[in-house]
Amino acid sequence: MKNLKQWKFRIAFGCLALGALCILPVSAQDAPDVGPHPAQPLKPMESHIGTVTGHAKGGKMDYRRYCAGCHGDLGDGNGENTPWLDPRPRDFTIATFKCRSTPTGTLPTDQDLFNTIGRGVTNSNMPVWNSFSDQQRADLVAYIKIFSPRWEKEKAGEPIKIPAEPPVTIESIAHGKALFTKLECWKCHGPEGKGDGPSAATLTDSKDQPIRPYDFSSGRDDSRFKCGSTNQDIYKIFMTGVDGTPMPSFADTIQPNDAWDLVHFLRTLQVHRHSKENDVLKAAGGKIPPYVEKPSEAPSQPSNGAAGGGK
Amino acid sequence: MRTSNPCIAVAIVILYPALMFAGTISGKVIFTGTPVKQKPISMAKEPSCEKQHSTPITTETVVTGANNTLENVVVYISAGADDASAPAQAVTFTQKGCQYIPHVIALHTGQELHVVNGDQTSHNIHPMAKTNPEWNKSQPPGSPPIVQKFDNPEFISVKCQIHPWMHGWFAVLKTNHYSITGDGGAFTLPNLPPGKYTVTAWHEDYGTQTQDVTVTGNETKSVDFSFKAKAY
Repeated sequence: MKNLKQWKFRIAFGCLALGALCILPVSAQDAPDVGPHPAQPLKPMESHIGTVTGHAKGGKMDYRRYCAGCHGDLGDGNGENTPWLDPRPRDFTIATFKCRSTPTGTLPTDQDLFNTIGRGVTNSNMPVWNSFSDQQRADLVAYIKIFSPRWEKEKAGEPIKIPAEPPVTIESIAHGKALFTKLECWKCHGPEGKGDGPSAATLTDSKDQPIRPYDFSSGRDDSRFKCGSTNQDIYKIFMTGVDGTPMPSFADTIQPNDAWDLVHFLRTLQVHRHSKENDVLKAAGGKIPPYVEKPSEAPSQPSNGAAGGGK
Repeated sequence: MRTSNPCIAVAIVILYPALMFAGTISGKVIFTGTPVKQKPISMAKEPSCEKQHSTPITTETVVTGANNTLENVVVYISAGADDASAPAQAVTFTQKGCQYIPHVIALHTGQELHVVNGDQTSHNIHPMAKTNPEWNKSQPPGSPPIVQKFDNPEFISVKCQIHPWMHGWFAVLKTNHYSITGDGGAFTLPNLPPGKYTVTAWHEDYGTQTQDVTVTGNETKSVDFSFKAKAY
């Protein structure tokens, strides 16, 4: 019996070693320079992150070695791993990006792309690439620009302005909740933010792939949002929209301070997460009071017709 | 004053032949075969919209009229006419009763588009553009129109994901010579100077067809399109 077990072990080990022999020579050296290539010569795209300047030329080998497996040699999101991935890898040829600091429909800043590479994308197969140096990441940001002509024709959008965060109060949470209802966030995210709203099951992204709305309630203390976990990151999400997905931009419809109230409410949907918002809610008895519109906040109605009749 | 008169005179001399011999291409779009049955839409999840409809609502992927005529076909001059600039007036696309009115709009590249919310509910307007930048904006009731432009010609599918049955199209064209077939499947493309034109008919489900037409003078050329209905 013991002998048989040993043999089994030996066979298993042998298979592994053989497998490793087949894989190692490919992954240990630079990706072979075969397969479809982007247009040659390489477009001299650049990126600027702080004092670091990235060059497409510098990012080529890293891209082909670490990124092309999913994002594809041609940047179209059709790498050899793609059929097994959900959500699908980003298609750089259309230059639509989820995590931006810029308005919906515009190109992200170099810093936005740089941050995404370093942060990874929660709930997807995009890992945290914190093994790369800043220079490597900057070069990769420059490299992915070769795949869409939009980078030659357009500039990145102007980052949205985020005012300083006001203190969390039970009133701001209550107002945020009123906005969550009024702006129909719950239609997808559900009344309790569990991602189970009436339209949730019907959602698809812009490539007709099924997509789920974010479930706020599932996250614990280490919960991460796709595009960053600070309150500022949440503010950005709904003011810029998540392009390529059903999540729209509310920049035209939410006033900056109201947006902070919404952020404060969204934090309370993360019921398992420790946050200052949940502390305020707990101190107020754990219940969000109904929102009462303050008279001073309402647009003042002119008491007589003459006040509104100016030219 | 003295300089403006010769200008007008010159303009008339240049425009005169065009005005005099402005031809028209008109016709009808029909289908053969049996179109797929349109699916009923339930707006039960949006009572404020449901109560605006007294008759059952269906999808509008294929809308037909009497005598096998086909509606919502964009017929336009795809070659031959000069790429005129965008008209100054905006094209309006309205959300009413959780439907897009009209289902298909056409506009020139660079022309202003006004998206209006006539409902008591929030919509999100999400044109699934591929060659134009893709944007997605929320529009609560009572908000001002969303004003946008598209720079590249493209047929853009438009969705509202809050109300998943809402679906429409923006036909962004490089010409002002277009016509969208309505009841009766008829289209008219007037004010065409003499010349050779390519007329394209586009339908969201049945695809595109083209025909070459030569307009020689002050005449009306008749051109009909026939699409084969898809069985599914």
